[in-house]
Amino acid sequence: MAIVRDVLDDGLGGLEHNFLTGRVEDLVKWSRSRSSWAATFGLACCAIEMMGTGAAHYDLARFGMEVFRASPRQADIMIVAGRVSQKMAPVMRQVYDQMMEPKWVISMGVCASTGGMFNNYAIVQGVDQIVPVDVYAPGCPPTPETLIHAIETLHQLIEDGEIMRRRAATGAGANVHITEIAAGATTTPIVLGAR
Amino acid sequence: MSEAVVDTSVPAEQLYGCEVTYSRGEKVIHASRENYIATLKKAIDDSFTMCTDLTAVDFLTYASPNRQLPSSVVGQRFEIVLNLISLERRERLRLRVQIADGEESLPTAFDLYPGTEAMEREVFDMFGIHFEGHPDPSRILMPEDWEGHPLRKDFSVGRIPVQFKGAPS
Amino acid sequence: MTSNLITATPAATGEGPQEMRSRSELTAKEVLREVGSVLRMSEKDAAELTSSPVENDEEQTMIINMGPQHPSTHGVLRLMLELQGEKVLRCKPIIGYLHTGMEKQGEELTYMQGGTNVTRMDYASPLNNELVFSLAVEKLLGIDGDIPERATWMRMLLSELNRMSSHLLFMATNGMDMGAVSMMIYGWREREEVLRFFQKVTGLRMNHNFIRPGGLAADLPAGWRDDVLAILEGLPARLAEYDVLMTNQPIWRERLQGVGVITAEEAVALGTSGPILRSAGIAWDLRRDLPYLKYDEVEFDVIVGSYGDAFDRYAIRLNEIRESMKIVYQILDKMPSGDYRIQDKKVTPPPRARIDESMEALIHHFKIFTEGFKVPEGEVYVGIESPRGEIGCFIVSDGSPKPYRIHMRAPSFVNIQALPHMMRDGLIADAVAVISSVDPVLGEVDR
Repeated sequence: MAIVRDVLDDGLGGLEHNFLTGRVEDLVKWSRSRSSWAATFGLACCAIEMMGTGAAHYDLARFGMEVFRASPRQADIMIVAGRVSQKMAPVMRQVYDQMMEPKWVISMGVCASTGGMFNNYAIVQGVDQIVPVDVYAPGCPPTPETLIHAIETLHQLIEDGEIMRRRAATGAGANVHITEIAAGATTTPIVLGAR
Repeated sequence: MSEAVVDTSVPAEQLYGCEVTYSRGEKVIHASRENYIATLKKAIDDSFTMCTDLTAVDFLTYASPNRQLPSSVVGQRFEIVLNLISLERRERLRLRVQIADGEESLPTAFDLYPGTEAMEREVFDMFGIHFEGHPDPSRILMPEDWEGHPLRKDFSVGRIPVQFKGAPS
Repeated sequence: MTSNLITATPAATGEGPQEMRSRSELTAKEVLREVGSVLRMSEKDAAELTSSPVENDEEQTMIINMGPQHPSTHGVLRLMLELQGEKVLRCKPIIGYLHTGMEKQGEELTYMQGGTNVTRMDYASPLNNELVFSLAVEKLLGIDGDIPERATWMRMLLSELNRMSSHLLFMATNGMDMGAVSMMIYGWREREEVLRFFQKVTGLRMNHNFIRPGGLAADLPAGWRDDVLAILEGLPARLAEYDVLMTNQPIWRERLQGVGVITAEEAVALGTSGPILRSAGIAWDLRRDLPYLKYDEVEFDVIVGSYGDAFDRYAIRLNEIRESMKIVYQILDKMPSGDYRIQDKKVTPPPRARIDESMEALIHHFKIFTEGFKVPEGEVYVGIESPRGEIGCFIVSDGSPKPYRIHMRAPSFVNIQALPHMMRDGLIADAVAVISSVDPVLGEVDR
């Protein structure tokens, strides 16, 4: 096949290697997984390892995640890094509620996953009692490699659509439903911005 | 070396009006609730200007009959323990005050050592001992509406029994 | 540097000799210029205040919340600030968002397991927590004079390397809070070197549970000297980079000099320790003044500031990294050979190979790890110099294998009391600088 010097010259013959086609859903899922931003929710020792994962040696920027947004409104993933105490639990739920859909939660470390070594009055025995968790990362603290593995697992789940599929089934999420228009049916055009 | 050897021929060592014992080489003085503030004032005048630590111990389930107390002091359920430092003489001093169950209060050390504000709040939170004259006697570690004082021996640790998958229930 | 402690010599004035009142007569109001730096209002009242209608008044002050989820509060610290415009009038630190019940949990764990509990308090310098716990247990056991030399020197090596890694963490977070975001990357670059060494020696990057009562868990691996030298040789050039990037830079100086000033009297009265106390001019370092381990056999300087501001604390920590490097060089020279833990069968478990051969070793191993070793009754308080100040461990034992009461005197818990006094009359941006310069670790604040 000849090298295309100019798309205009080659016309439709250059279609195969100058255009990508795919479904919108795939494109959306791909971009969501490649540039998910984490909300800062570092609580204890795991936060130090999370910061280390974002630092130069275990770079998170190569996964598009070096930005840790302080405002939950701008974040996609909440990495609960550390032990959640009784006083912190309502705060955590409030931050989770303030995040916009789609949102995911990684429970980092054993304290966040199950309460860890602190099986006592003060620690919530697993953040899944408060927020729905998508990926659990064990370790005390998990090394940056474990956290990256957890993040990549989540990214793969996002890209496969597994997570959204479950949400659609249970009706959770932003409750956006798509109705298919039958072929040949007359439709009224949708004017953007109108209700 | 765990018994305080009481030699009645020699008068007990006194410091600032309180009896002295030694615990693993550390000097400990025992004050009562009445002379607590006066003892602290004497300690400050004697260069113990820094209070490193103020904490409490609940002796409800103490397994041993010996509490390393001098003969003149009767052990009660609670004890307030202060650790003082003299920067000039490079010395440490420990002060123990007995608090009876039912009379859980003590004058505050805040006026003498402002650094005890947070420490006394923690003792109140964890043990329920009130400090009279403290500027802000509220819970510091537990939520403000928490009931109970966690570090008391009659407050359970709150352990949830762990269930393993596939284990016969 | 002489300390500014008040002495009771009469001052001669025009009205005749004026005796200074003895220290105990000075109430907190005088010692702290108590003009109300601390906002003593309960959280419920503050919440009601924000929901009440605001009168249109120029003098109206505003009470806002900073944290607990905040990028700059170094963990889950919540500050209630009373503001007039941008100026902070009063402040109340609210803690407890990371309360883990570690002191209660410590009563359920044996002395061998206690290290895992205390090491997670100050998670930026975990080996220091384990060290103070082990020293306290050894004092109770009565074996503190019998710890082998090599174990003591190894403990010093790990403690000083941990001080370096904790101060590098401070440099990173301090830089990021001030806006020098690249400092975060540089600080972590250095810290990774030290953590790699820790992983080689202890098996873990953080929360090692390596310093145990009786000695350490294992010996130093072969080639450790080269690893330590590699760390030490790479650092000075990097620290010089920080001097260029931060210390001599006008923006840095304007942001930190004169911010968060604390006087010597305030610092002593509040019980602060570590870099905060030293920045106020008081040369108090437990390694030199109440030496533990073998710190009286190594030479190092105690860095003292003169203005008590945030810049002094930054400079103190930067130079403490250099002093720790000096100490580590001396440890490299002086490290003796020998045992890494005391050979007392009741306290240290036997080597794993011997368990197969000797019934007695098997029994000892079993007893130590299941029931735990019994510690004679008594009480003890040991304090050492952690990167944040004096960390102390107060243990009451009743003869059983679990502590009856364990209390850790956390330096950050006490240092946070100084925050309202440092922030008074500053701007909100200075509040961030002040918190960062105090360098609290909320794990040990809340325990």
